[in-house]
Amino acid sequence: MENQNSYNYKIVRQFAVMTVVWGIVGMLVGVIIAAQLVWPALNFDVSWLSYGRLRPLHTNAVIFAFGGSALFATSYYAVQRTCHVRLFSDGLASFTFWGWNLIIVLAAITLPLGLTSGKEYAELEWPIDLLIAVVWVSYAVVFFGTILKRKVKHIYVANWFFGAFIITVAVLHIVNSAALPVSMFKSYSVYAGTIDAMVQWWYGHNAVGFFLTAGFLGIMYYFIPKQAERPIYSYRLSVVHFWALISTYMWAGPHHLQFTALPDWAQSLGMVFSLILIAPSWGGMINGIMTLSGAWHKLRSDPILKFLIVSLSFYGMSTFEGPMMSIKTVNALSHYTDWTIGHVHSGALGWVGLVSIGAIYFLIPKVFNREGMYSTKLIDTHFWVATIGIVLYIVAMWIAGVMQGLMWRAVNDDGTLTYSFVEALENMYPYYIVRLLGGALYLSGMFIMAYNVWKTVAGSKPADAPIPAAA
Amino acid sequence: MSTALSWFIIIFTLANIIGCYVLIRWSSKPIPGESKTGEVTGHTWDENLQELNNPLPRWWLWLFYITIIFGLIYGAIYPTFGNFKGVANWSQEQRYEQEVADADKKYGPIFAAYSKQSIPDLAKNPKAMQAGQRLFLNYCATCHGSDARGYTGFPNLRDSDWLYGGSPEAIKASIMNGRSGIMPPMGAALGDDGVKAVTAYILSLSRGGQDASVVAIGKSKYQSLCVGCHQANAKGNVAIGAPNLTDDTWLHGRSAGAIKQSIANGRTGVMPAHGNFLGKDKVHLLSAYVYSLSNK
Repeated sequence: MENQNSYNYKIVRQFAVMTVVWGIVGMLVGVIIAAQLVWPALNFDVSWLSYGRLRPLHTNAVIFAFGGSALFATSYYAVQRTCHVRLFSDGLASFTFWGWNLIIVLAAITLPLGLTSGKEYAELEWPIDLLIAVVWVSYAVVFFGTILKRKVKHIYVANWFFGAFIITVAVLHIVNSAALPVSMFKSYSVYAGTIDAMVQWWYGHNAVGFFLTAGFLGIMYYFIPKQAERPIYSYRLSVVHFWALISTYMWAGPHHLQFTALPDWAQSLGMVFSLILIAPSWGGMINGIMTLSGAWHKLRSDPILKFLIVSLSFYGMSTFEGPMMSIKTVNALSHYTDWTIGHVHSGALGWVGLVSIGAIYFLIPKVFNREGMYSTKLIDTHFWVATIGIVLYIVAMWIAGVMQGLMWRAVNDDGTLTYSFVEALENMYPYYIVRLLGGALYLSGMFIMAYNVWKTVAGSKPADAPIPAAA
Repeated sequence: MSTALSWFIIIFTLANIIGCYVLIRWSSKPIPGESKTGEVTGHTWDENLQELNNPLPRWWLWLFYITIIFGLIYGAIYPTFGNFKGVANWSQEQRYEQEVADADKKYGPIFAAYSKQSIPDLAKNPKAMQAGQRLFLNYCATCHGSDARGYTGFPNLRDSDWLYGGSPEAIKASIMNGRSGIMPPMGAALGDDGVKAVTAYILSLSRGGQDASVVAIGKSKYQSLCVGCHQANAKGNVAIGAPNLTDDTWLHGRSAGAIKQSIANGRTGVMPAHGNFLGKDKVHLLSAYVYSLSNK
C-alpha cells in the first residue's frame, strides 16, 4: 500500500506506459504521412486522412503525447527521489495524468476534423488550450510543491531543468495561444501580421528549447548518472550551461523568419543568439557524455546506457546544425527545404526519442517491481533498429534538402529558373522512400519496446519504494 | 521603433550576451571553500547521485568566447541591436532591390529583344519558346497545370476555346491585367424547376437526349435571363468573358449537376494580373508561349 512514507509510483507507471502507447500512435501517423508523400493517393480522397490534417496530428502526438508523457513520468519520478519526499499532491498529479490524456484524445479528434488555429505546434483550438493551461499549472503546483517540501538542502540539477521547462512552457503556451474565440471551435490570434509570426516562432523555438531540450536535459541529468553509476562530470559546467541556455534560447526564435517581413535587426539577433547558443547546448552533451569517463566499458554491455549516450551524440549534432542553419547565408539555401525536416528529426528521433526510450527502459522495472526488463537482448535490438532508422532518415533529408535548395535557385543563361517546383519534387522520390524506410524502422523499434514492456509488466506487482529517513 | 524601445532592446540583449561572458569568467575561477578539482562536491541525492568539481573544458570555453565575439562584431556591422543600423548600413530591402536591378541589367536586354518581335513570330522561335515555357512553369503552372491543360475552374490553354479571346492582343491583355469572371447566382430568380429547365436547354445545345417540353421552358427562361451575357445564340461574349455554351467545353465541369450548380449558385473566376511584377517584356514572351500552345 502506498502512503506518505513511500514514493508515488502509480503516476510514474501510468505516464511511463502511455509514453510507449502514444509513441506508437504518433510515429505510426508519421509513417503514414511519409508514405503519402511518396504515394499521394494514400489519402484515399478522405478529408481527415489528408496530409494537411494528419501532419499536425503527428507533430502534436510525438511532441506532446509521447514526449510529454515521458517528461511527466521522468520528472515525477526524479523530483520525488531527489527531494526525498512523496509528490506534493497525489490527487493533483492524478488530475494531470487524466487531463493530459484527455487533451491528447481531443487533439486526435479535432485535428483530423480540420479544427485548427493554424499555429504550428500550437494548432489546438481555444477550449483545449484552456484545458492545457489548467493541467500545466497543476503540473507546476505538483512539481514545485514537491521541491518546496524537499528533505534535502540542495536542489538537484535535473530539477533545475525540469523546473525551467515547466515555467517557460506555461508562459509560452499562454502568451502564444491568446486568441479571440468567435465560436466553440474557431478563434483568431490576438496578434496581427508580423507580430503574430514573431510571437508564434518565439513560442515555436522555445517549445524546442524548453519542452524538447531543457525538459529532456532534466531526464539526462537524472538517468545517465543513475544508469552509469557515476557522478556528474562537472557541477560547474551544469551551472554555467543551465543559465546560459535558458537565457540565450529566448532570443533565437526569429531565425525561423529569416528573409521575411520581420525587421532586419530581429532576424540578425535571432542568428547571433543561435550561434551563441552552441556552447551552452553542448555543455549538456559534455556533462552527460563525460559522466561516463571511467565507465566506458559499460556501453558495451548496457543497451540502456547506449540509448542515453547516443541520444546525446544526436543532441550535440543537431544543436550544432541548428545554429549553422540560422546563419542567413545558409538559411537562404536551407529554409523551406527538407533539410529542416531532417534537422528536426535528428533532434526528435535521435535526441528526444532515444533519451526518452532509455529512461523508460530504466523506469519500467523500477516501478513495476521487477529486477530488470524482460529482455535485455530486445533492448539492444531496439537500439540498433532505431539508430539505423534515424541515420537513414536524416541522411535522406540532408540530400533531399540540399538538392531542393540548389534546384530552386538554379538559373539559366536568360535568368529564368532552370527547374520548376514540380521538377524538383520529382527528384525527391528516392529520398522520400528512404525516409519512409527510416521512419518505419524507428516505429518497428517501438513495437519491440511495447512487447518487451508488456512481458515485463504482465503479472507484476506495483513497486512500493520507501522514502529514506532524513539524513 | 521608438528610441526608448530601441534602447530597451539594446540594453536587454547586450546584457544577456555580457551576462554569458561574466558567467563563464566567474565560473572558470576557483570558488572559495569548494572541493578540490576532480573530487565530488559533497552533496548526495537519491542514494548515489553526486557531482564532480571539474573545470569547464578549455576548448568549450574558447567556443563560447568565439561565438560571443562573433556576435558582437556581427552586430556592429549589420543591423542587430535595436535601431542601430550597423556600420555596413545593410538592409534586406536594399539587398533585394540591388539583386533585382542587377538581374534586370543582365537579363533585361534578352527579354527586351524578344519583345520587339511580334507574338506570332516569337511563337515560332524555339529558343524564345524554351524561355517562355520556363516562365510558364513557374508563374502559370500552379493553376493551369504543367501541360497547360488546366483543371476544373482553371481554363485549358491548349484548346482553341477562349473565354476572353485567343488573339495575341487578347492573351496579352489577360496576362498583363488579369481577368475576373463572374457568373451571378440565378437560383433565386429561376427556382428549382427553372434551374432544371435551363440546364436541360443548355445541354440540348451541345448534346441531345433532353425532354423537348422541358427544353422549351428552359429556352424561354434563357431568353429572358441569360441572353444579356451569353447572347441569344448562346455563343457567349469574349468582351466580358461569357462562355460559349454550345461547344461542349466546360470550365466548371461538364455533368448536368455541375451545370446546375453553375446556374443556381453562380461562379467566380480570377486570373491575377502579372504585368506589375513580371514587366511587359516577360508578359510579351509568356503571351507568345501561350499563343503557341494552340497555334502550331
